[in-house]
Amino acid sequence: MPFLPVAASSIAPEVDHLFWYLSIVSIIMTALIFLTIFIFAVKYRRRSPNEVPKPIHGSLRLEIAWSVIPFLVMLTFFWWGAEIFFANASPPADAMDVYAVGKQWMWKVQYPEGQREINELHVPIGRPVKVTLASEDVIHSFFIPAFRVKHDVVPGRYDTMWFTATKPGRYHLFCAEYCGTEHSGMVGWVTAMNPSDYENWLTSGGSDGSMAQQGEKLFQQMGCSTCHLLDQQGRCPILRGVYGSRVQLSDGRSVIADDAYIRESILNPNAKIVAGFRPDIMPTFQGQISEEGILQLIVYIKSLAIEGTPSAPNGGTTTAGQPSNAFGPNAGKQ
Amino acid sequence: MADTHAVATEHEHSPHLRHHFDDMAQQFDSATLGMWVFLLTEIMFFGGMFCAYSVYRSMYPEAFASTSQYMNPKFGAFNTAILIVSSLSMALAVRAARLGQRKALQLLLVITMIFGLAFLGVKAFEYHEHWVDMKVPLFAGHWDYSQAPQFARQAQILFCFYFFMTGFHALHMIVGVGLLTTILVMAHKGTFSPEYFTPVEISGLYWHFVDIVWIFLFPLLYLIGHTRQLI
Amino acid sequence: MSTALADPQLTEQPNYLNSEYGWKSWLFTKDHKRIAILYLISITVMFMIGGIFALLIRLELLTPEGDMVNSDTYNKFFTMHGVVMVFFFLIPSIPATLGNFFVPMMIGAKDLAFPRINLLSWYIYIAGAAFALAAIVMGGVDTGWTFYTPFSSTYSNTFVITAAVGVFIAGFSSILTGLNFIVTIHKMRAPGMTWGRLPLFVWANYATSLIQVLGTPVVAITLALVALERAFHIGIFDPAIGGDPILFQHMFWFYSHPAVYIMILPGMGVISELVTCFSRKGIFGYSFIAGSSLGIAIIGFLVWGHHMFVTGMSMYASLYFSFLTMLVAVPSAIKVFNWTATMFRGSISYDTPMLYAFGFIGLFTIGGLTGLFLGTLGIDVHVTDTYFVVAHFHYVMVGGMVLAYMGGVHFWWPKMTGKLYPEGWAKFSALLVFAGFNATFFPQFIAGYLGQPRRYHAYAPEFQVYNVMSTAGATILGLGYLIPLIYLTWSLRYGKPAGNNPWGAKGLEWETTSPPPTYNFEKTPIVTEEAYAYSHQKEIEVG
Repeated sequence: MPFLPVAASSIAPEVDHLFWYLSIVSIIMTALIFLTIFIFAVKYRRRSPNEVPKPIHGSLRLEIAWSVIPFLVMLTFFWWGAEIFFANASPPADAMDVYAVGKQWMWKVQYPEGQREINELHVPIGRPVKVTLASEDVIHSFFIPAFRVKHDVVPGRYDTMWFTATKPGRYHLFCAEYCGTEHSGMVGWVTAMNPSDYENWLTSGGSDGSMAQQGEKLFQQMGCSTCHLLDQQGRCPILRGVYGSRVQLSDGRSVIADDAYIRESILNPNAKIVAGFRPDIMPTFQGQISEEGILQLIVYIKSLAIEGTPSAPNGGTTTAGQPSNAFGPNAGKQ
Repeated sequence: MADTHAVATEHEHSPHLRHHFDDMAQQFDSATLGMWVFLLTEIMFFGGMFCAYSVYRSMYPEAFASTSQYMNPKFGAFNTAILIVSSLSMALAVRAARLGQRKALQLLLVITMIFGLAFLGVKAFEYHEHWVDMKVPLFAGHWDYSQAPQFARQAQILFCFYFFMTGFHALHMIVGVGLLTTILVMAHKGTFSPEYFTPVEISGLYWHFVDIVWIFLFPLLYLIGHTRQLI
Repeated sequence: MSTALADPQLTEQPNYLNSEYGWKSWLFTKDHKRIAILYLISITVMFMIGGIFALLIRLELLTPEGDMVNSDTYNKFFTMHGVVMVFFFLIPSIPATLGNFFVPMMIGAKDLAFPRINLLSWYIYIAGAAFALAAIVMGGVDTGWTFYTPFSSTYSNTFVITAAVGVFIAGFSSILTGLNFIVTIHKMRAPGMTWGRLPLFVWANYATSLIQVLGTPVVAITLALVALERAFHIGIFDPAIGGDPILFQHMFWFYSHPAVYIMILPGMGVISELVTCFSRKGIFGYSFIAGSSLGIAIIGFLVWGHHMFVTGMSMYASLYFSFLTMLVAVPSAIKVFNWTATMFRGSISYDTPMLYAFGFIGLFTIGGLTGLFLGTLGIDVHVTDTYFVVAHFHYVMVGGMVLAYMGGVHFWWPKMTGKLYPEGWAKFSALLVFAGFNATFFPQFIAGYLGQPRRYHAYAPEFQVYNVMSTAGATILGLGYLIPLIYLTWSLRYGKPAGNNPWGAKGLEWETTSPPPTYNFEKTPIVTEEAYAYSHQKEIEVG
């Protein structure tokens, strides 16, 4: 009879420890109450039909004690839980990327190197893995019990989660947000492998090229390259080097060009217009590119580093409005 | 409920005293508290919509601002004015009831109802205008935002809120007019006196509330993009 | 109705049951006690319907494969189980039955402030139930009782609008009940019945009414927006046009979290009555129990985000909600300690209502503590959306609420009907319920931590052993509910006459006849002592 799931990630043991801590406190608390009631029920059972006990109205000291002490104990729960949650909130900078798209009722996984899987995820142990999650339809949730991680996958945006697998093995992957008919069929397996095995596995797949290559193909196919010339200013902002940089918008705001920004620019281009450019030029690609395709485009755009120039002309201020520098890493910095 | 007077000897009380109450004062207090509590639930009901609207407006400020040009703030302002005046006439009606002035009460009720109906008439006209202008996303074929296509999707959200919020409000207005009709009939029959005018009082409370909801709706739906022009 | 009560013993004294006969005297009644009985019958029917769905769920889950019914049908089972149980049983149960019957009596009033609105609330409840049943009969709903978008607004092919309308309508019943209680408790207390002398059952219903009045309209508008979105094919919560599905969740849980306090607070009020009566002692810490009811009501509105920790809410919002969730546990803990302290040096009898009270305190403690697991961020990520949650809320709702309801019904049964039920059978059923309940739901904690997700038609084979235990327990639990249905009905005709006060309890409702007269009291009582003033008596007046 299994009792605890295997602890196969870097945070799993700590989650389990916290769980044990709460369990022990709860068992003690419950036992105390049960025992006290049992003892009172027996010791003070009614012995004659007319007995009338003396009233005890209350005790301020007791009330304070049994309010404050439990609350302080609960604060320890809160604190430890918040620590774990906080530590798990942002992936480490060197995390490897994986992309998972949930759709009724399957998980479609893509690796930057180009492999694609359905309902399977392969990861190396000992390396942080950042999963970028997208949904093509309703809310799903990506749940790996052995790693003690779960994150909802909400349509219309990206969600990310990360973990570091620590034990090789095959572990359940479940969809954990009810999503319709085959919600309970939206399950799969996560395979954690030794790094060398993982390298072997990586090289054995991906006949379509890496995600960046697939993204480049899409970039040509969908006509993006006609306006977004790679190294020349056209009617549209240059995309080389834009990923991760700060972008100045026409309404005065500035935003970081991250995954969500690029996705929005593809699906709803008029939502944010770059300063110095006109609206209504880029058409929307809503409904024409799948979530997977968008992820491929993002990986491609990410791969477009500024060539030749020593990592960004960092020197002095760049004035906004000089087109050729508008999208370098210093764009928007005042 | 079997009718036994727990209140002892005399039968000297208003025929309007319900027998689970001890006296008219308790009945009046209970009725007004009840209406206040009900209005609290209405605040929460409309509040839900205001909240959702605010969330989307903060997400899409420009799209929302672009919708103002399809609203007619003159009509909105006119409607606001009528409702405010109708609240005045309603308050005066309650006062007339309190003072036992039957004729004034009936006249003021009628005035209030006329303003209410005028409000509804203007809203009907506005809805018709939106229908013709293709600004009704609720029905296929009556939504067209090609004048500003970059905002079409989010403008649709605003217009949905416009119709739902003003629609629920109009529904409450219709109920209000119905209430006042009932009160008018009762007033005509001479039901009310300085000792008993509770229905007038609580209808007044309801009417004021419906008015106040509109006062919040008007700037939020009509005046979003108009700030500069007004200053 | 009329023949069952043409019992010679009952017709001796005029009371609310025999004052008038005929279906019209019931369906057009303004008597809060008759309305309570109308509710009692309707709610029992809905409970049975919800229970049948539960049985079907547990039968399917005996095996890991989805082999009894197909996925769509199973999804409808758990949706309908949730919708019926939450909106048509748990939310109205104690306030509309025991509250309706006893709040006016406990404060010395002749009726609620608005008797006709009370009757209207029952008709509205029936109308809402009709829509819900129509949705079931027409083919069911499969969105889960939580109606998450965009599945419910765009993707589901079932009768979502019908079900949403049913819940919307039932919400108004809840609002009107709450409104009635608030005004009644404020304005219609008998002379001498100050706020500080109110029975704790009244305080509990008052706090509940505050939540009903403030929270329900929000779920009403939320479900209305979903229904409108489906009807007009627009997209308020549809991400494709910029809508936010998480906004739905915020709005939904803003009500649905306080809703769980609507469900449990009246139960806690019942327990205060039971513990005092069957320890024959005044409550320990009256002002703390009264205050904690208000505290739960208020803080309960501030914690809804703990249902959404994995949705991608900001870190800071998550921290805030987790912290407040810890805070809201404190008033509940205060109650548990005060009830236990009340038993200290009391005179404890083991009548059936007290057995239910014992069960409540134990099981609610477990349920509440497991709530802390869920409120702890690091653990919640692992256990949310698993059977751990299912076990938690069944511990508080069934182990807590339903036990309190059964305890209250048994406690006040003699007063409402004038009859005693057979004590042997009653004790036996209480034990069956306790044992069956734990057997059903404790294994689910383990299955949940192991990783069994909720709302799964078919599950991984390693979870089977716990599911089998759970189903076995459910059959015992079901029996524990069926037996009272039989003997309580039996007692209406064959039960021994109860007398005014078979338990020797304090409280205005026990000072009048069983069943009470229509107008509740011969003369409006004047209250001179605090609640639960057992020690004022030299000897107990039983009978």
